Amino acid sequence: MRKDSPLGTVTVALVLCLVCSIAVATASVVLRPRQEKNAELFMHKQILAVAGLLEEDKPIDALFQQVESRVVNLDTGEYAPDIDPATYDQRKAAKDPASSRSIPKGGDIAKIRRRANYAPVYRVRRDGESDLVILPVHGYGLWSTMYGFLALAGDGRTIKGITFYEQAETAGLGSEIENPRWQAQWKDKLALDEQGQVRFELVKGGVRAGGPDARFQVDGLSGATLTADGVTNMIRYWLGEQGFGPYLARLSKEREQT
Amino acid sequence: MTPETKQILFEPLVDNNPVILQILGVCSALAVTAKVAPAITMSIALTVVLACSSLLVSLIRHVVPTNIRIIVQMTIIASLVILVDEFLAAFAYDLSKQLSVFVGLIITNCIVLGRAEAFAMKNPPLPSFLDGVGQGLGYSLLLITVAGIREFIGSGTLLGYEVLRTVKNGGWYEPNGLLLIAPGAFFLIGLIIWAVRSWKPAQVEKPEYQIQVVHRTEVL
Repeated sequence: MRKDSPLGTVTVALVLCLVCSIAVATASVVLRPRQEKNAELFMHKQILAVAGLLEEDKPIDALFQQVESRVVNLDTGEYAPDIDPATYDQRKAAKDPASSRSIPKGGDIAKIRRRANYAPVYRVRRDGESDLVILPVHGYGLWSTMYGFLALAGDGRTIKGITFYEQAETAGLGSEIENPRWQAQWKDKLALDEQGQVRFELVKGGVRAGGPDARFQVDGLSGATLTADGVTNMIRYWLGEQGFGPYLARLSKEREQT
Repeated sequence: MTPETKQILFEPLVDNNPVILQILGVCSALAVTAKVAPAITMSIALTVVLACSSLLVSLIRHVVPTNIRIIVQMTIIASLVILVDEFLAAFAYDLSKQLSVFVGLIITNCIVLGRAEAFAMKNPPLPSFLDGVGQGLGYSLLLITVAGIREFIGSGTLLGYEVLRTVKNGGWYEPNGLLLIAPGAFFLIGLIIWAVRSWKPAQVEKPEYQIQVVHRTEVL
């Protein structure tokens, strides 16, 4: 059989494809559990970081024991006990019309087009009292969808931390949303006012100390106005009626009762 | 080490550098060089893929039908790249997230296909493997140099460690944002090519066109 004959060509092509596909498939199957574990650890690490619970040289699995994961129905604000938070994928759900809904044009301030019906929430309790509520947030900046976690105190109004784990904003300008020094300014700012209105915003040119709204404001990033607007809108969307609003309202009602 | 081996291994560092002389693989040299850490991972990934693909292509070079040789090379390269991508996601998750699509794009990196076609198809396995390692080293040297300069000037850090404290972090250094975006890498690679060609004039290409100076005395 000559290698350049039609039969030779087909044989070589078939054998090569078979060998390559077996190699690729084997690697994929063998490595999948490890990759999934990595992805899970990565998310847990982000959640611990925003909660301020991340400790050097302590295993993430052990630290994550302090965190309680739940899935919440965004429309009612109630927990959905039949959904397993460990396997629920909010991003996938948002793409499926059966588990999400499209956001009307005018209300889509975070520019995410579809919103899943359910979202995971994470709570850290100390001394039996809810200390932190950690909410996944995402919204569109200048170039990319920014994904992060927002930590609120048990009152559902006070910001305790912010983190972004996926974004592709302009390097050196918008990307500064990942700068821990900037993120530190969010701590103890108020996201909502006494009436439950979302007032949080990033402001251009820096917060005027002592200004009437200073307690709701964080410095915008110089040179990254559109990214900063995206962040403001993202927070306003996810803490508003369309987002975690009903859930936060339920939490504060429960808090008053006890 | 024989002189031939030495030449195959070390010539690509400067004298036959894949990026600055052959002008191959420029896309990834722009994309992953904003920080040193991903540049190092990318260098290792590319060198591994290049060495293995050259070795495998060379091993089967006598049985590969001429008319489908490019697609055979592509299949081998693509499989190797998927393997590297899977391994990174399993063992270096943070880095694989930073490199995102660029590992996958090694498939289209012209260096890999270029060396398979230009060297591995005509040479025995061992020299082909060494050629892959050598070209990979040449690419790595340029990538890490560019990344080092970009990270130092653009962020004031090296490998993530703070060298110059930036204004945003309460220091004095105002980083140069140009170096963090792709055009910064273009300028840098251009400057490096200029410097190397001034040092080694043999690399300067002959101009494709010569503008003739015509002396005319008569009035048209």
